[in-house]
Amino acid sequence: MHKLIFMTALMLAATAAAAEPAAEYEQRVRELEQRVRQLESGSAPSAAGRGTPAAPNAFNPAISVVLNARYAAFERDPATHALPGFALGPDVGPGERGLSLGESELVFDANIDPNFYGSLTLALAPAGRETEVDLEEAYIQTLTLPHGLTVKAGRFNSRIGYLNESHPHADDFADRPLPYRAMLANSAGDEGVYADDGVQLRWVAPTELFLELGTELFRGQSFPAGGAAHRGKGAYTAFMHVGGDIGANHAWRLGVSHLNTDAENRATGDETTPDLFTGSSTLNGVDFIWKWAPDGNPRARYFKLQAEYFTRDEDGTFDPASRGTPLAYDGKQKGWYTQAVYQFMPRWRAGLRIDRLKADPVDAGLAGTALDNQGHDPKRTSAMLDFSHSEFSRLRLQFNRDESRALVKDNQWYLQYVMSLGAHGAHSF
Amino acid sequence: MKKLNPLFAGLLFLVSLPAAAEIKVFACEPEWAALVQELGGDKVSVFTATTARQDPHHIEARPSLIARLRRADLLVCTGAELEIGWLPVVLRQSGNSAVQPGRPGYFEAANHVQKLEIPARLDRAEGDVHASGNPHIQTDPRNIGAVAAALVRRLAEIEPAGANYFQTRHRDFAQRWDAAIRRWEQQAARLRGARIVVQHKGFPYLESWLGLRQVAALEPKPGMEPTSGHLVEVLEKLQREPAQMILRAAYSDDRASEWLAERAKIPAVVLPFTVGGTDQAKDLFSLFDDTVQRLLGAMP
Repeated sequence: MHKLIFMTALMLAATAAAAEPAAEYEQRVRELEQRVRQLESGSAPSAAGRGTPAAPNAFNPAISVVLNARYAAFERDPATHALPGFALGPDVGPGERGLSLGESELVFDANIDPNFYGSLTLALAPAGRETEVDLEEAYIQTLTLPHGLTVKAGRFNSRIGYLNESHPHADDFADRPLPYRAMLANSAGDEGVYADDGVQLRWVAPTELFLELGTELFRGQSFPAGGAAHRGKGAYTAFMHVGGDIGANHAWRLGVSHLNTDAENRATGDETTPDLFTGSSTLNGVDFIWKWAPDGNPRARYFKLQAEYFTRDEDGTFDPASRGTPLAYDGKQKGWYTQAVYQFMPRWRAGLRIDRLKADPVDAGLAGTALDNQGHDPKRTSAMLDFSHSEFSRLRLQFNRDESRALVKDNQWYLQYVMSLGAHGAHSF
Repeated sequence: MKKLNPLFAGLLFLVSLPAAAEIKVFACEPEWAALVQELGGDKVSVFTATTARQDPHHIEARPSLIARLRRADLLVCTGAELEIGWLPVVLRQSGNSAVQPGRPGYFEAANHVQKLEIPARLDRAEGDVHASGNPHIQTDPRNIGAVAAALVRRLAEIEPAGANYFQTRHRDFAQRWDAAIRRWEQQAARLRGARIVVQHKGFPYLESWLGLRQVAALEPKPGMEPTSGHLVEVLEKLQREPAQMILRAAYSDDRASEWLAERAKIPAVVLPFTVGGTDQAKDLFSLFDDTVQRLLGAMP
């Protein structure tokens, strides 16, 4: 049957090809010969059966799912977690002890038409007996603006810093560095990523050295903003990245970013009687990443070093435990981390990270509140070892020597898996 | 009439110059860079995103690649998901509308050849398989000929003024190429039926061209690193069904194939896999000269 169809096709093709130039004709004959060989050996699926799924589904977006779960052992009760000098959201901290499921992420993305690309990321997070659905990202992006310009709109991770734009499952450690934990959150209150509803304009310079400039305008409801100030235009950012290669073995990127937000009754602390902050919060940061691989081939071995430094300046009023007695607050906080990850043999990586935070002392009126640094600068040192069976599955063991709290030290262990299934996603540098 | 500021006039002159005479090409792999150079001559300037020492599947979306693609007029890549781990990000971040998929500036070589190993069953349990077939099409020179025919049409579409120039160069290339294929086929005649072990399933087109027979792969599944358990299985299999050689690409880690070569007492052969993979493989012609010579040299 196959052969009959094939012979008919061959005759039709031969007739049509008669009019074509010789080179193309020869090419077709070669292709047809190859097909005959495949059909005879039975190795090729039938032409009709392949590549033609039911028509409406053929345009399904690429779908991928990221699954992760962990076992955590902490010496200290995670409910007592604090970063003295920093007002934190209710969900910020090392998480729960024991076995727990992380956020399961669902990503859909595709080109919408020749001019737009769209992406949707949902996170299914266990919250007690319930399951929370967080809309992490939902954005469209232009593909065909002239002069190196790109516009993104919707809800998305801001491009400030280095780690901020990527999702935590792509991180090299089980938790985000302390400056991210203390200073940035998304609209669902998840620590360590600044995401909000807004628009982004990006420009890539037509130069050999990579140079991009960008700015974002956000609604202003995600920490460190809050309350969607200025009629829903409460935050803006500006960022610049430069980068390039040094020979075939080295690649680097350096960035500076600025986040300017206004907060109206930004709630931190516990949920029933939160601390409220109203005022301006400005964040400036520098980020650097350097990657090395022999011949630029990271398959067997590679090394990467990354570091980020942030300073934040907050000026306004702080109302501890919603008592209705706002106190003037003007203070600076800073934080940095640096980490190195080395893949020493195929599939195995080891990493070391150091993070530090520091907050200015506060006036006597604010003593005893979250903003009081208690004479302590939070710090943490982490080591991790991970194993990737394939590029889609990873197992990780991590140890944190955590000195977040004043006076007490905590030893924290994480054993986790991060696996992705479905479409093969592409990762940023 | 107001006098034109000389600085402004100079700027005006600069912007009104016709777009640079050269087509700026971003080639994902060295074989396509070499092919574009063959066809485009001095009307193209080519940047190669990867080297022969790199696995084109495992590349980072580096800032330097984004900066290069930003200025390109034409992107020439293998496609068939070979660059899926990095190219989509580089494309979206480049801010270059001319090279987006669907535009004339976006060219996927694999669309112009008949692909092999199209999986009948798409399941990652089979490893990192590619839905549209095996993407390593460049190991069969007949594929390069087919891609050249399509690529010359694309060059002419992007730079119509150069159409005759490109076509002339293509006719010349195709003639030399077809003659070279006949020469390689004659030289390689005694390879027909040779039994080979491969590191990665990267050679089906070479196998189909020269009639080699793959008996085993060192990667347990495509894209997964060889494990000692699997290597022992391969060794046992080779004791039952001997093979003549083990093939690996220039960018592959050598440990697994050297381990097996020593124990199975057959040579491990490094093939250039693309232009620049060995010192001898300087262009497309010497790529296949060297490939054929290395295969013949390993035959008992």
